[in-house]
Amino acid sequence: MSELIIKSTGQMISTETIDGDIATLNLGPTHPATHGIFQNILKVDGERILSAEPTIGYIHRAFEKLAERRPYNQITPITDRLNYCSSPINNIGWHMTVEKLAGIEVPKRVDYMRVIVMELARIADHLVCNSVIGVDTGALTGFTYMFQEREKIYELYEEICGARLTTNLGRIGGFERDFNDIFHAKLNAFLKEFPVNFEEFDRLLTRNRIFMDRVIGAGPIAAERAVEYSFSGPNLRAAGLDYDVRVMNPYSSYQDFDFSIPVGKDGDTYDRFVVRQEEIRQSLSIIRQALDKMPSGDFHANVPEFYLPPKEEVYRSMESLIYHFKIVMGETTIPAGEVYYSVEGANGELGYYLVSDGGRTPYRLHFRRPCFIYYQAYPEMIVDSVLSDAILTMSSMNVIAGELDA
Amino acid sequence: MKNEILTAFINENTNNSAVCSVDQYDMLNANIKADQLIDLVDGLKNKQGFIYLTDICAAHYPEKVGAEFEVIYHLHNLIENQRVRLKVALAESDINIPTLTVHFVGANWMERETFDFYGVNFVGHPDLRRILNMDDMDYHPLRKQYALEDETRTDKNDTFFGR
Repeated sequence: MSELIIKSTGQMISTETIDGDIATLNLGPTHPATHGIFQNILKVDGERILSAEPTIGYIHRAFEKLAERRPYNQITPITDRLNYCSSPINNIGWHMTVEKLAGIEVPKRVDYMRVIVMELARIADHLVCNSVIGVDTGALTGFTYMFQEREKIYELYEEICGARLTTNLGRIGGFERDFNDIFHAKLNAFLKEFPVNFEEFDRLLTRNRIFMDRVIGAGPIAAERAVEYSFSGPNLRAAGLDYDVRVMNPYSSYQDFDFSIPVGKDGDTYDRFVVRQEEIRQSLSIIRQALDKMPSGDFHANVPEFYLPPKEEVYRSMESLIYHFKIVMGETTIPAGEVYYSVEGANGELGYYLVSDGGRTPYRLHFRRPCFIYYQAYPEMIVDSVLSDAILTMSSMNVIAGELDA
Repeated sequence: MKNEILTAFINENTNNSAVCSVDQYDMLNANIKADQLIDLVDGLKNKQGFIYLTDICAAHYPEKVGAEFEVIYHLHNLIENQRVRLKVALAESDINIPTLTVHFVGANWMERETFDFYGVNFVGHPDLRRILNMDDMDYHPLRKQYALEDETRTDKNDTFFGR
């Protein structure tokens, strides 16, 4: 028996039962269309999804357990591997959590440098997400162009910290080194070329009739429901709620910059796409403002207990040698207490709940990972849609396996 | 200022048995009992505007006899922009706490994660299974008695490194 259902959005779904049975379909764990290790056991009636059951944890690496054994500065590389599309945000969020616990004030210049890096990371992350939405709708071209732009952002990271993907960027108290001339040259070139290429990409998809027909109405979620599910970031804003940690609880001097929060209406794939596109433009504007208003000063706070002294000093002065030894051996004293600190990650509110008993390592560290929290709404968002929409919904939610599984 | 109103509200709804304190980071901490959780969260959500459940996690304090586990809830009032941290201490012998899935659907996976790593039993949870670890694992790995590395190894002396 087969029949054709026409949904209110104009989509047609064919249903087909084989001998009256519904079929079970294993989507994943390593399905080429899901960009990561996710398993979903779908019950399908023809191509209509009746239910979905996600299984996660395939790349669980026990970060919270690892963190209980590592000194504070050694936890930064762990945070790289949460949302690996925007590692610098995770790194800097972690540094700021420790700074909050230890009561470290960083110079204004550090705030601005951090803002530049974090917004670059946000652009890189949104570029991956949006160009992959294009790929999943069959438009590979935009993806190839946007990955060249992402490459330029990775080159910028390279100038700051020497690494590209897992950046381990910055230090507790500031940066390892100041932005160099090559960085400024490359950033200026990026700010000149990127908007042109980006708008070209935007013209390719945003008002493209074929693309719009494909993504409008795919995987919607209402704002009330999104809040119940504790959504955050672009996915929540696409549903119509303007919660952004950068504005609600400004950190790292975000209050100094003038930018707006784009919001959507229906919370569907198209809204998520458009919200991310607009956030990229806002991020560019923030970077320009930060560059223009960059205060002079030092690129790190004066906190010798946390910030490694210059290597030549270590050989010459006793204090530097002592601090160097204490930091490397993880013997820095840190106050006991507990903090919750959150930053606006590329996917939403990235929170760190840190309990310290004054020891060399955290007593307890919990990562509030936005992916993990909103991915549980996935079955609800795809039920009663078609399989190809399920793929689109997943890529437009930007579920990153590293962040999901921690 | 807002913390004081909220402290009064929490005391009122827990028969003054909650221990509230504002820490140096201006966050209100409320230590409450497990049986007060559902009513208090209901009040916070519907009367005080804490509509957003930020996070659920747990911690293990083996030396605190009778209160070995602590489940920690972070709630957020998105209109007033205020956060509150609720803590429920649980004894290892009675590690049961009511589920928050009745108030927030998003609590589902957060509670599954907490169960997975600490073995906290969320009474009334619709689907309390392990989420990140294997289903056939027979212990809860974030409890402090499980060392990160294999304790039977003799070739490695970690005295100076780590806990």
